[in-house]
Amino acid sequence: MIPRWRLWLGGALLVAVIGAALYFPALRRQVNVAKQLTEKTAEQARRELLPPAPASSGDPRVKAKMYWGSKSEEGPLMPVTVELALSSDPALRAKQVLNTLLAGPVAPEARTLPADAALLAFYLLPDGTGVADFSESMSTSIPSGIQSEQMAVDSITRTLEANVPQVRRLKILIHGQEMDTLAGHLDLTQTFLVNSNGLGAQSAKPSGASILTAPIHRAVESMKSVTKR
Amino acid sequence: MALGFAAGSGRSSTARPQSPSTAQGAASSTSGGQTTIPNPTQANIPPSQPRMGLNIVVLDPAHGGADLGARGTEGIRESEVILEFSSRLKQALEAQGFQVLTTRDGNDNPSFDDRSARANAQRGAIFITLHIASTGLVGTVRTYVMPELPSFTNTTGLIPWDRAQAPFVGLSRKLGDLVQQELARRFRGSPATATVAPVRQLRTTAAPAIAVEISSVAVQQRGELDRMVPGVADAVAHGVVVFRPSYILPIVSSTGGGGEP
Repeated sequence: MIPRWRLWLGGALLVAVIGAALYFPALRRQVNVAKQLTEKTAEQARRELLPPAPASSGDPRVKAKMYWGSKSEEGPLMPVTVELALSSDPALRAKQVLNTLLAGPVAPEARTLPADAALLAFYLLPDGTGVADFSESMSTSIPSGIQSEQMAVDSITRTLEANVPQVRRLKILIHGQEMDTLAGHLDLTQTFLVNSNGLGAQSAKPSGASILTAPIHRAVESMKSVTKR
Repeated sequence: MALGFAAGSGRSSTARPQSPSTAQGAASSTSGGQTTIPNPTQANIPPSQPRMGLNIVVLDPAHGGADLGARGTEGIRESEVILEFSSRLKQALEAQGFQVLTTRDGNDNPSFDDRSARANAQRGAIFITLHIASTGLVGTVRTYVMPELPSFTNTTGLIPWDRAQAPFVGLSRKLGDLVQQELARRFRGSPATATVAPVRQLRTTAAPAIAVEISSVAVQQRGELDRMVPGVADAVAHGVVVFRPSYILPIVSSTGGGGEP
């Protein structure tokens, strides 16, 4: 005859096994959720850590034009009006509109820039040259090709042109460095035309570019050192 | 870095200090920290000798090696598929009497400068870099040409390597438009004229130069791209034939720049 204590032990073990079997799917779901959270890229994590361009409560809310992708016959980019609190300081304003552009449109297929790319810094030089420093994802996550890289740059320059008239040209850096290309095709050693007002005829070409000159490098470096102080 | 053209030899000579493997028997120089190349438009050709005609087409299948380029479904890799476009275009151009050189035939990946040097070492050449896009309307093709480049001071007969395309922008646009017109006829939805974009590969090329980009690796099946191969080859070859009479090396003023001859 089986001792009573063994029956109780067996019953308790059976209850424990059934309980574990019932709890297992819920546990699995929790593990998956935790895994998804930890799978964020380093770029995404850094993006979250970066302080957003501050929007002062005094900044007026204005209608800003964002150039996102379009499948219409009018062109690959289409302006979308968004109401934003924008600073009157042109460098800060440029940061605000570029961060909005990076955050992306409501429709993901209209996105022109990689979802995990971040704007690390934006400088505006006295001659109207804006210097936008993007994270590495801007280069590594963008679809390969002349067309996709040109659309990304055009969406940036046209958005700046529409919202920050003080920016005349744009120099793009990746993680603080001048790169040969954006993602293997589009030349980043040059500046891109943003706003032709006050520029010579040669620079006033659509999708044009001009060679970056050494003084721009020096100006950027000096502005960085000023910022760090 | 400098590119030189042997006077009156009908063939250029190029040497690029950073890449001696690609030197093809020419001289290069570095002046004031800037790499320069002798201006091909100022070669010392005797007046009795006829002007240079278009004889050579340099084809550049993009990417290669570890750089796969655009990648699509079913394992489609731009670096592999583009070799088929290049091979077929080579045949079409040779059938028209052109000598065709390629920057790569296998799975290697020359640098931008090495690819440009292949064209810069020739006289009477044009350069066509071939790409397949990740995006764009499937079944369409776009031709790209460089925007105007800043002028340069040209007192030594040298042009900066980094702006080697400057004197040829006008001719490149003409070539690009002619090729794109042919492509637009064969591939509906393609633009009617060439698109201006600062494509890195074109900037250091001292010859009429265009980039042709096919859309795209996003096809459902590889066969859709394969079916475009003959049409792209015929269109580009026909565009080059139509361009041939326009090929006259541009005269560059002492202040540099370039444009139409």
